[in-house]
Amino acid sequence: MRYATPASAKEAAGMLSKEKGAAFLLAGGTDLLVKLKMGMVEPDLVVDIKRIPKIDQIQTSAKGFTIGAAVSGSVIGQHKGLKAAWPGVVEAANLIGSDQIQGRATLAGNLCNASPAADSVPAMIAAGAKAVIVGPQKKRTVPVEKVVQGPGKTCLARGEVIEAITLPKPEAKTGDAYLRFIPRTEMDIAVVGVAISLKLERGVVKKAKVALGAVAPTAVVVPAAARALVGSKLDDAALEKLAAACSAACNPIDDKRGTVEYRTRVAGVLAKRAAKIAFQRAGGAL
Amino acid sequence: MSNATLVSTTVNGDPVQFACPTDESLMTALRNRVGLTGVKEGCGTGDCGACTVTVDGSLVCSCLVLGVEAEGREVTTVEGLSQDGELHVLQQKFIDHAALQCGICTPGFLVAAKTLLDRNPNPNETEIRYALAGNLCRCTGYDKIVRAVQDAAKDMRKASKKRR
Amino acid sequence: MGHEQKYVDKKYEVVGTRFNRPDGIDKVTGKARYGADASAPGQLVGRVLRSPHAHASIVKINTSKAEKLPGVKAIITSADLPDVTGGDQGLADILENCMARGRALYDGHAVAAVAAVDEQTAAQALKLIDVKYKKLPHVTDVDEAMCESAPVIHDRIITRGVEPKPTKPSNVAARTQMGHGDIEAGFAEADVVIEKSYKTEQTHQGYIEPHACLASVNPDGTAELWVTTQGHFVFRNVCASLLGLDIAKLKVTSSEIGGGFGGKTHVWVEPVALALSRKANRPVKLVMGRDEVFRATGPTSSTSIDVKMGAKKDGTITAAVAEMRYQGGAFPGNWAMLGCMTAFACYDIKNNQSIGWDVVVNRPKVAAYRAPSAPMAAFAVESTIDELAKEIGIAPIDMRLKNVAREGTLAPYGPTYGPIGIEHTLKAVKDHPHMRAKLKKNQGRGVACGFWFNIGGQTCTDLNISVDGTVNLTLGTVDVGGSRSSMAMIAAEELGIPYEQVRANIADTTSLGHNDMTEGSRGTFSSGMATIFAARDAISVLKQRAAKMWGITEEDVIWENGQALATGDSHSNLPPLSLKEIAAKSGRTGGPIAGHNEVVADGAGMGFASHICDVEVDPETGRSTIVRYTVVQDAGKAINPDYVEGQFQGGATQGIGWALNEEYIYGDDGCLQNAGFLDYRIPVCSDLPFIDTQILEVPNPLHPYGVRGVGETSIVPPLAAVGNAIANATGVRMTHAPMSPPRVLAGIDTLEHAS
Repeated sequence: MRYATPASAKEAAGMLSKEKGAAFLLAGGTDLLVKLKMGMVEPDLVVDIKRIPKIDQIQTSAKGFTIGAAVSGSVIGQHKGLKAAWPGVVEAANLIGSDQIQGRATLAGNLCNASPAADSVPAMIAAGAKAVIVGPQKKRTVPVEKVVQGPGKTCLARGEVIEAITLPKPEAKTGDAYLRFIPRTEMDIAVVGVAISLKLERGVVKKAKVALGAVAPTAVVVPAAARALVGSKLDDAALEKLAAACSAACNPIDDKRGTVEYRTRVAGVLAKRAAKIAFQRAGGAL
Repeated sequence: MSNATLVSTTVNGDPVQFACPTDESLMTALRNRVGLTGVKEGCGTGDCGACTVTVDGSLVCSCLVLGVEAEGREVTTVEGLSQDGELHVLQQKFIDHAALQCGICTPGFLVAAKTLLDRNPNPNETEIRYALAGNLCRCTGYDKIVRAVQDAAKDMRKASKKRR
Repeated sequence: MGHEQKYVDKKYEVVGTRFNRPDGIDKVTGKARYGADASAPGQLVGRVLRSPHAHASIVKINTSKAEKLPGVKAIITSADLPDVTGGDQGLADILENCMARGRALYDGHAVAAVAAVDEQTAAQALKLIDVKYKKLPHVTDVDEAMCESAPVIHDRIITRGVEPKPTKPSNVAARTQMGHGDIEAGFAEADVVIEKSYKTEQTHQGYIEPHACLASVNPDGTAELWVTTQGHFVFRNVCASLLGLDIAKLKVTSSEIGGGFGGKTHVWVEPVALALSRKANRPVKLVMGRDEVFRATGPTSSTSIDVKMGAKKDGTITAAVAEMRYQGGAFPGNWAMLGCMTAFACYDIKNNQSIGWDVVVNRPKVAAYRAPSAPMAAFAVESTIDELAKEIGIAPIDMRLKNVAREGTLAPYGPTYGPIGIEHTLKAVKDHPHMRAKLKKNQGRGVACGFWFNIGGQTCTDLNISVDGTVNLTLGTVDVGGSRSSMAMIAAEELGIPYEQVRANIADTTSLGHNDMTEGSRGTFSSGMATIFAARDAISVLKQRAAKMWGITEEDVIWENGQALATGDSHSNLPPLSLKEIAAKSGRTGGPIAGHNEVVADGAGMGFASHICDVEVDPETGRSTIVRYTVVQDAGKAINPDYVEGQFQGGATQGIGWALNEEYIYGDDGCLQNAGFLDYRIPVCSDLPFIDTQILEVPNPLHPYGVRGVGETSIVPPLAAVGNAIANATGVRMTHAPMSPPRVLAGIDTLEHAS
């Protein structure tokens, strides 16, 4: 196995596109090294992006946030500006594993591993995050919800590397939240994940975005769930419609972490709870 | 050894060099190349925390870090906790509170607890429990571990007040 | 030298206080060496190839490609482990479990092994071994395995304990029955009868340290084995038998052990490592991966249990019957029999009967797990008692007190109880402040009892006094949880010297006579007893030497507070001689001063406990959170209370994990789906509150200090304590453990639809 430490995203992209064998990107390694240990992958080349200057930094501008692809969960968790603007994205990122995992895990890695149960993905989607993708020739920006195409599959072409995740500056009266269901209090893969982002106007929901995790091959955006909330102050009827829409959008599997029925049911339960948190964070009164 | 790479790093403040295959984890490199067996393999997949170390101050599972990634970085393990034969207060409290039975998870807990107290000198019980959730213990039920950390935190806060 | 085992009530100077353990510093600095921490020059890496099928014929194993790989030094299959057990079926089963003989009996069963120069080569070699399997029908569920239509796993198994003897083989290895009284009459007397069926899933001991060993066999038949184990003497005997080595020529050294709980009382990879070393003529280090530990070591049984209990309106239980089905994995075991012995042990029930069925399935060979078989039986019985209490309208604690076993009660499995502590623990629970803590919305409180026999066993201990008066205590029982400190405390107590003057260590097999394993909660009890007697041995020598130094007769010397004193008026001018002073002169008074003891420690004294559990159940997701937990247990005499509390808390936590989330998940293909700590969910730090403990001391009359085993009982009550708490929080009686969120939610749904 060859190990390379490129000095730029473009150089990384070049290495990947030129490689004839099996090439893998390494950021936090919390997925790659597990697969290596279990014999699921046999890389010929591993490209470590962590030595690229500034790729482990969060830049704040008037437009929003640019989170370098190698920024770890624990760094995200300590960023005051990000926490204030997108608490749902931050809490989702911080739910990925233990403090030890947080010392390494990245948003880009969580996204590109493309597990249906990835914690940060629904929250990034609800917040309108985008992925800045660098290829050997050109750069493009893709909304996060378009990146994952199936379990373990992304829209990245051969030789493309995510350089950063961007989040817009939140509009006024915006609040987001992420909740997940796990049987223990920590250390489990999400059985269900729900992310909700709301924007209020005069105490009423003006805009909403709802994304579910672990209940389908990829994260699911549920427009019907969002519509259920728009125009409401989160009264019981709106919340019931929200829950029903979420359950209806579920297309999960039975596996060792949960059954179809259980996931479908709990998606609705968590949606109601997440909505209330997002609503309060947006300044709403319950 | 396929693709052996020479790694120059710092371990517990000392300059260290070792050669390891590129696909070898830092955990294995520390144990087999550097000879520090305080790091333990409980699972090899980041689920148990027995291999916990810090790399450039970040708490990590060394089984999820490649040995070659240590190049130019600073690694600390349990062996670096005591100074000049004096136990760190956390180590002493673990013994005093009987916070270890078989002891296999203890090195990982000590590194994780120290990292917690370095960033949060006054954690409440919930904060301690969640910070240590990545370290599995099968013997103690965690009760005496949490008490040892609380007691160490108290002593460390007193000591730092004295220094001011 | 014969010594009195009888309990003598006295005041203690050292015993009962809290001392730091001698191995503490090594463990907190990372110096302590566990199974995988030893290396030998020229060592090879051993790896095992395992069956991916639940049940399959091994048609052919082709190792030729692997043998040609540079760096591969030895490859073995069952052909390299000939059966030299001489017809001992138990040993033959162990041998076959360590390496498949023509048939893979479970997913993970070892079929071949390699020794190579490094990890990568060994892994590559495994890939190059070509095994041709022919899949066979499999069965993994204990009830399904008992059906006529189930595939029969061993043609030789004809059910024992059934009349008339069956003519065909089956998966039912044995039927056991015990109890006493008239069951029919008992139920006829009852005003209320509850009948329920329960299921518990398979769990694993979950020690954080995987099995690991370093084996080195020499051409002359001598060998060394460094291994993480609960019993290095037993491992020595078994490995020697399986490999055809002379016992005394195999030196086994136990490393520090990173958890065992019964799972390291059996050999798994050790005979394989020895066989590889023998073939390669080099040391072989074999460390199991975590997935291998789950797939191919010794988890506990999964069970299916029916309980029927009847009681009068005043709460007296008039009859109790339990029929229990336990699977032992791919080889027969006695697990159901153990369950039968413990099921009703806490109570005085005039008419009781337990029937046990030991069944084989295509799963790994079951091993002991902390009070083996008792937690499942207790789940069923203690849950049923709460149902009875509810039906009658009597408080669960009072129901138990009404029927509690006492000194003189005839135990369901035969003996009559001596002084026991179950009533004491129930009364202590009743008075405990936990019972008065306020319960909030969605919270419920449950109480449950538990019992374990505890064993004694063969023990051998040496005590050597150095010329400076410091003492080496050499033990043969592995220290799993801190017993070294307790032994040193006992030696210090007996000799009358400070704790710090005694150093306890665990010897290898060439340095002491046989010691049984650290299991059955026997460590402190047995080694403690041997330590007491070895110390008393040494004291007689010390007295002899003092007499010599004074020039008086031995009869006039007594030992008190660490000194020899001359008694009698004629000797009143003689100043006392301390242990230090006597030791300093030992070279001239007869040589080194030592004490020794071999004992088959008997009468370990039963351990009883009562637990209180408060749980909060999220009614919309079925998720349970432990809010408060208390363990009250009789320890007989707590040598070091810190470590006794630690056993209570650790055992309770394992029980809580078993109650809530731990289970082996098998697919339809008979393969284990959750062979790792990610999806085999043991409790993490944030899952639990502080666990309150109360140590009671009802002295064991058969131990000089009154010690009872404590290590195991605490895992027995939690399943039912949690189940009873959930029942009180939600109204749902859970009968399937673990009581994971989907199961609890389904229970809540059923209750809602019914009402």
